[in-house]
Amino acid sequence: MERQYENKKLQLWLGLLIGIVFGFLLQKGGATKYDVILAQLRLMDFTVLKIMLSAVIVTMLGISFLYPKGKIQLHPKPGSIKNSVVGGLLFGVGFAILGYCPGTIAGAVGNGYLDGLLGGMIGIILGSGIFASMYSTLKKRNFIEDDHFSEVSLFQKMKGTPFKYTIPFALVLTGFMVMLEWAGL
Amino acid sequence: MGIFTATAWSPYVVGGLIGLLNIAALLISNKPLSASTTYLKVSGMIRKIFQREKVQQNEYYGQKTPEVDWGVMMVFGIILGSFLSASLSGDFQLTLVPEMWAANFSDAFLPRFITALFGGIILGIGARWAGGCTSGHGISGASQLSIISWVAAIAFFIGGIITALIKYSI
Repeated sequence: MERQYENKKLQLWLGLLIGIVFGFLLQKGGATKYDVILAQLRLMDFTVLKIMLSAVIVTMLGISFLYPKGKIQLHPKPGSIKNSVVGGLLFGVGFAILGYCPGTIAGAVGNGYLDGLLGGMIGIILGSGIFASMYSTLKKRNFIEDDHFSEVSLFQKMKGTPFKYTIPFALVLTGFMVMLEWAGL
Repeated sequence: MGIFTATAWSPYVVGGLIGLLNIAALLISNKPLSASTTYLKVSGMIRKIFQREKVQQNEYYGQKTPEVDWGVMMVFGIILGSFLSASLSGDFQLTLVPEMWAANFSDAFLPRFITALFGGIILGIGARWAGGCTSGHGISGASQLSIISWVAAIAFFIGGIITALIKYSI
């Protein structure tokens, strides 16, 4: 496995393949459409959240099985609570104005949405470039920082099988989705 | 082929399969699904054409080298996969203005274009500020039980819901 990760050319093709499946699924879920995403943010239809929570449950349970066996490595992101709150709210504002996120906009382009291709994608590229230019200043002035949650996954802290924690948590998330269905959302 | 030509699948099936795909990505590529860094890399690749030195000296591009890598290929794959799915089901349609936008605002392209561009810029800055997006934090980080990813994912939706409600109450 380790050697396969180092094979750059193979990895590029695998990235493309994973992306094709991801895009196929996003389109089948309707998440490549402005109307579906905005209906979620307007709390009229919970398709997007159902997709996300189902994906989280399955991935989390898979990690619970594979991580203790050493079959996979974890990649918790660097950052801080502060970065997540400030950046997250900013992202949310842009998300609602644009109507797509970085993954679903690629799907929207494949689905034929030209507002995604001509407006949104160019905007995200511009925004990312603007951030790169601001980064040094933001860091120097401590607007962005790493705290002690940076690159931390709770899986690393668990003693014994992770299922002790992840099964109850998966049930809580499932219960939330059952409630959404009852509410007809 | 009936399944593949269907227009829509249950969100639970789609989500569950995305979860399996995420595990497959960890197993075969040692990478969790994430999309937003690709746009940073593309921004760097474009800027390198005009301001090579500036990009080379930039601290942020120094950490995330602007090049075609696994993630860039994955985002390109999303375009192809979505096109494939939409074509098979007859759901592919060139659209300038989404229906819900046209119904509430205008069916002219320019206002939608400017809004999408503006929203994209804010989203791009926010994604980098938070260090990830709906996939990287919302699906991958959350499922790895990272606290900052859960906080980011909740913030995405709080910011998004408030803005969407304001946008559609104007």
